This record gives sequence, structure tokens and C-alpha cells, in this order.
Amino acid sequence: MAAEVGLFALILALLLAIAQGTLPLVGAARGDTALMAVGRSAAYGQLAFLGIAYAMLTYAFITDDFSIAYVANNSNSLLPIQYKVTAVWGGHEGSLLLWVLILGLWSAAVATFSRSLPREVLARVLGVMGLVAIGFIGFTLFTSSPFERLIPAAMEGRDLNPMLQDPGLIIHPPMLYMGYVGFSVAFAFAIAALIGGRLDAAWARWSRPWTAVAWAFLTVGIGLGSWWAYYVLGWGGWWFWDPVENASFMPWLMGTALLHSLAVTEKRGGFKNWTVMLAILTFSLVLLAAFLVRSGVLTSVHAFAVDPDRGLYLLAFMAVVVAGSLTLFAWRAGKVGLGGGFGLVSRESALLTNNVLLVVAAAAVLLGTLYPLFLDAFGLGKISVGPPYFEAVFLPLMLPLLLLLGFGPRLRWKQDSPSEQLWRLRWIFAVSLVFGMIWPLFVGSWSFLAGIGAFLGLWIIGSSLKDLVDRLRLRRESRQTVGTRVRRMGRSYVGMQLAHIGVAVVVIGITFVLGYDDERDVRMAVGETVEVGGYGFRLDALEEVRGPNFDAEQATVSVFRDGQLMTTLRPQMRTYFSQEQPMAHTSLHRGFFRDLYVNMGEELPGNAWVMRVYYKPFMNWVWAGAILMAVGGFLAASDRRYRVRVRREDEVPDEDAKLAAKAVVKGEGDGAEPNPAA
Amino acid sequence: MKKRQKRLLLAAGGLAGVVVVTGLVLNAFRDNLVFFYTPSDIVADIVPMERTFRIGGLVEDGSISRAEDGVTVHFRVTDTAVAVPVVYHGILPNLFREGQGVVAVGSLQEGGVFKANQVMARHDETYMPPEAAEAIKRAQREAAQTVEHAGGY
Repeated sequence: MAAEVGLFALILALLLAIAQGTLPLVGAARGDTALMAVGRSAAYGQLAFLGIAYAMLTYAFITDDFSIAYVANNSNSLLPIQYKVTAVWGGHEGSLLLWVLILGLWSAAVATFSRSLPREVLARVLGVMGLVAIGFIGFTLFTSSPFERLIPAAMEGRDLNPMLQDPGLIIHPPMLYMGYVGFSVAFAFAIAALIGGRLDAAWARWSRPWTAVAWAFLTVGIGLGSWWAYYVLGWGGWWFWDPVENASFMPWLMGTALLHSLAVTEKRGGFKNWTVMLAILTFSLVLLAAFLVRSGVLTSVHAFAVDPDRGLYLLAFMAVVVAGSLTLFAWRAGKVGLGGGFGLVSRESALLTNNVLLVVAAAAVLLGTLYPLFLDAFGLGKISVGPPYFEAVFLPLMLPLLLLLGFGPRLRWKQDSPSEQLWRLRWIFAVSLVFGMIWPLFVGSWSFLAGIGAFLGLWIIGSSLKDLVDRLRLRRESRQTVGTRVRRMGRSYVGMQLAHIGVAVVVIGITFVLGYDDERDVRMAVGETVEVGGYGFRLDALEEVRGPNFDAEQATVSVFRDGQLMTTLRPQMRTYFSQEQPMAHTSLHRGFFRDLYVNMGEELPGNAWVMRVYYKPFMNWVWAGAILMAVGGFLAASDRRYRVRVRREDEVPDEDAKLAAKAVVKGEGDGAEPNPAA
Repeated sequence: MKKRQKRLLLAAGGLAGVVVVTGLVLNAFRDNLVFFYTPSDIVADIVPMERTFRIGGLVEDGSISRAEDGVTVHFRVTDTAVAVPVVYHGILPNLFREGQGVVAVGSLQEGGVFKANQVMARHDETYMPPEAAEAIKRAQREAAQTVEHAGGY
């Protein structure tokens, strides 16, 4: 029953998406308010039916309905309940259903929170989102229905891939999809602006918080993916430059560029065409990511079963979206107009440099990801592009970007004096350079990469904090308390600085863990000790244990430092009942300055195992930095200036809006205010 | 400086930057391409020494042996026509088995031994790495051609 109800709900959702994708657009073109109003109701209806479809599939998983092929392939009656609920997105079909559900959520969110938008704009935005929804719901229904019956029904399910039975994976896909799909809002705003020919500061102000939220979710999603790979795959790696990782990293890079370009469009009315282009490109890269992961051209943990129809559908969908939006761009962009001019040294040119570097970085990743696929597709041979390529490209690109990050937020719009800014930051620069070069000596032997990383990290943190302090001082004469003064700076500004500090923390983490991690694959017999990274690891015991759906061989490893017991690790080699092959389960001890990590390899004669032992300094900084970046993004999106309602003639602005409007005029938003010394 | 000169300078600077960056990217790209060879290619001696590449094929039955230290492993990768000895130091993937498809990244040492830095088997029991499948396909195609050839005379 559940399967039929779910399928029916999905069909109704598609019909509503068709209504949402056409009627409001027609209404906006004709000035028909009734048709325009369809957009909002259709979005809500679509969300409701997608919710029903999703609930039905979840119900089928909980009740072990193995007459549904997808459930039989991805679940098992012994699977713990929390994993049954999350197994819904453990395979291609179900994860696609989650994707469209999230798309529905974003559509409904736009319908709810954009009441202040002019009717035509809202109608066009919802219309474009409806078109995107048609593409994805159609894809689900026609090529990958999760509700397909299995006849005869299976007695027992094949089980969820054991690698996916993990808390990290419970939240990784939803976060990632929130990010991916969220960029469709930025895309819809861009397309709506092209259709309407209206692309101004107000447009950028509407578009900006949505982009920031999507970006923040994508940041969390990528971070979680890396965190998951780190301890589940058992190789101690956290980023492999694997095509699937690159697929998510490209929209992130492009989205970061978009976020910064939007700032110029909002504050100065500049970069308009460029911003629209970036919104289109970011969403195109999202579609590319969906294609790479779901078409079967790639083989990885993420890649789902091969079915040529799916790849073809996605390729066609991507072609329609990209070609359609670029044509529209070519046709309409001329009407949008250019912004005001700016000097060689100004906030604008700093942001332009940021954009160029980020886009080049994304292009370099694209080259490294697609080139091998092209060669393979045309039968020209099999090659692969290894991490050394990406590292060689990223270092020279990120160096100037990170250096600039210290200056950029301090520069004035339009024109600034470079010598003045350099002079003001001279102490920060000198101190971060000296400490950056010394810091690595406390972690291990000196390395150039770690020195540079520490310097850039400290430089960014230092200049961000100095800017915060300078701005606080500026407000001292207003006799407000510090709390009020921080609040008056605007969340958008504080969020930006927080995200920048997050970047610095990530950079320090990456360079330190690259420079100083220690890995040892070693034979360990019971009672033996190995020394890794200054820690002693002693194998105390080997025993059999039993989990809910697996048997395991468990090792007990005591970790010592200077003769003192630090912790006890218990890695396992698990054999899931539904699989023949055993799987290693890592045990790790996380810390502020280092992670300790033990993984079991293979049993050897003589009560011994091959073990993989890791010492990973500053590992958690990488993820902590990603969290800071995401929090910064959410904070920036919640700035009150984005919630100011556009005044309509028939409306008396409330007190709140008046205040906020005043704040915008006075320039309390991010960086609109003149420099302290100005 | 006049405004026009400034703008010209900016444009020239930007262009130079783009050229440098493109050069860097393409150079890094060329240096880091990892080619794929089959065991037959290695035996035929068309493989460069001292360069990282990938090989694929099946782990030959009965070829896995562990050194005394327990960590160094020797095995042979076959494309069903010929087999190449491989040495690897470390933990093999969970699904590394005799008769299974495998891909190894590394370089060729003196004496024709392939020293692997990374060994990849898949995390699914029925999965065959595409490179392994390709190696076997090529070897079989060549074998078929040779037979045809022989038949022709």
C-alpha cells in the first residue's frame, strides 16, 4: 500500500511542479495577479505531496517491506532502527527523493520568507524553481522510482552498505543536498532578474541571504563528508581529490565567488552581469555534480548503480538548463547594465581578485576531474589525475587569496590608499610572520608549508580581529555598551569575519596535518608496543565481540605518553551477517592538538595483527574551521537588513523596518561604513 | 598617471596574471597525469621507468605471500595473459583477495617489480574495477587477434 500511495503522491507533486513552473511565469508576463499567486500555493502543495511520498518510503523501511525493490536492496530486518530511517537515502532512488523533498522545502521557504518581494519577482523566482523541480521529480519518476515493486518479494533485505551505517552519514547527505539544492534559489533569482530585466541592489539584497544559507549548508555537507571518510574508510585520509569530492567542491568554490560578487552588486551596484553569470555557473556545477555521481561515469563509494538512461536524462537536463540560461543571459544581459567605476586599489578590485582566483581554482578542478572522463568516454585511453596536480595548482592560487584576505575587508569601496592600509597592518603582518615561522617548531621539525600556513592563518585572524576592534573603538564615542556596539555592527559583518577566521583555522589545520602526521603500518603481537608521533601504542588483548548485526574481532590498544596512560582504543574487524567480507572499524581518540587513530588490517600467525597507527596533529582544526565558516554564513544570512520589507504604497512601515532602514542608510551593514581613519 | 593608462595597466596586469596561472595549471597537469598500463604493456616494455602509473588486473591465484615483518606483501597481478610481480608495504583493502580485480598505483622498479604505493580493491563484493576489466579485455582481444592471425597462414 505504502508504495502506491507514495508513487501517487510523487505524481501529484510533479503535476503541481508543472503548474508552478508555468502559470506564475505566464502571469508575470501578462501582469495577471491570479496566475502569479498560483506559485505560492503550488509550492506548498508540492512540498506536502513530496512529504507524503517521503514518509511512505520511510514507513516501508521501518516495517521491513521487502516487496519494494529499493527497500530490499538497502535494508535488512536486523538493521538498527536509526539506520533504517537513514537508509532511506542510502541508495540512488531514495537519496533522489530526499533531494526533491529538499527542493520542495526551499521552494516553500522562498514562498514563505519572500512576502516582501514584488509580486512579479516572486512569481518568476517560484516559476523557475518549479521548472527545476519538474526536471528532478521527472528524473525520479521516470528513471529512478524508489517505489518499484519486487515480485516475488524478498524474504530478507540485502542490507545497507556497512560503510554507510554510521552517524556521520546520517547527516552528511541532507546537509550536502541542502547546499546543492539551495543554490537553485540563487539561480532562480538570477533567471528571474534576467527575465524581468531588473537587476539592482535590491535584487542582490534578496538573493544574498539565500546564497549565504546554501553556501553554509554546502560547507557543512562537505566538511561532514570529509569527517566521515576520515574515520570510516580507515586510511586516515580526509580529502582525496576524488572526482566525487571534486564534484561537491566545484560548486562550493563557485558559490564562494558568487557570495563575494553579490556583495559588490548589493553595495555598489557593480559586477551585475558577472554575478548573474556566477549564479548560473554555480547551479550548472551542481547539476554536473548530480550527473557525475548519478550517471555511473564515476566509480566510488558515492556512485550509484549504472543505468545509461539516468546519465542520458541528467545530461539532457543539464544541457537544457545551461544552454537555456546562457541564451537568456546573452539576450538579456545587455539590459542589466554595468555598475560604477572603481580604482585600482579598492574593495571592488579586492573582491574581483578573489573572484578571479576562485573561478580559476574551480576551472582547474574541473579540468582535472573531467579530462580523464572525456578521454575514457572517447576511448582514448585511461588516465587519472592524482592529488599532486591539485596540490600543485591550489598552493599558488590560495597563497595570494589568503594574503589578500587580510587586507580586503578593510579596504574602502571605490578607492583606497594601499600604503595607508599596509602601514596600519604592519604590526599584525610582522607579528604573524614571526610567530607563524616559529610555531611549527613546537609541533615538529620546521617545514615551509606549515610555516606559510601558520603565518597566513595568524595573519587572517589578526587582521580580522584588528578590524573588529577598530570598528568597536570607532563607536566608543557613542557611549554604548560593548554588547550593543557589537550588535550594531550587523550580523552580516560579524558573520563575514567569523567565516574568514574559519578559513584561517582550516588553513592552519591542513598545513599542520600535512606537515606532521605520522603513519605506521606495523605488525603488533599482544604485549608489544609501537612508538608513533611520540606516543606509545600497546596491544593489550584480542577478543571476539558481537554487535547487533555483526561479529567482530576486537583489539584493545593502550596509548601512553611519557609512561602515562592517555586512553584506550578498541578498533574492530567486523563481519556483518549480510556480507561475506569483513570490514575494519577504526577507533580514534580526538583532541584539540592531535588525533590518535588505530585501524586493524589483517590477522597474522602468532596472535598478532597488522595494524595501522596514526598520529594526526591539528586534524580537528580542519573541521572546526569549516564549522566556523558555516556559522559565519548563517549569521550573515540572518542580518536584519535582509528582513527589511520593501515598502509598498499602501503600507505604513513598522518601527522595526524604519530602524533597520536607517541602519542601512547610515551604513551599518557589512563594511558600508568608512574606515576608522577616514 | 592618466585614467586610461591606469586602465590599460590593469588590463595588461590581469592578462599577464591569467597567462601565468594558465601556464602553471597546464604544467602541473602535464606533470601529474597518471597513465594506465596493463600487465601485458609492462612485459612488452613500453612502460616508462621512474614515473607513477596505474596497473590493473586480477590478483593471481596463489600468488600472495607475506614477508617476515608481516607488513610487506608480494603478489602478482595478471590480465590473464601475463602476470607482473607487485610489492606493497602496508595494509591491503578489506576486499583484497586472490582472483579479485585490483588496481595499484606505483612505479616500476629495476628487475620488473612494480612497487605499489596504493592498492585499491572495491568495497562491494561483486564489483570489478574498470581498469582491471579493461586490462583483461585488452589481453583477450590481443589473444583473439593472434589466433586469427595464426589461422590466416
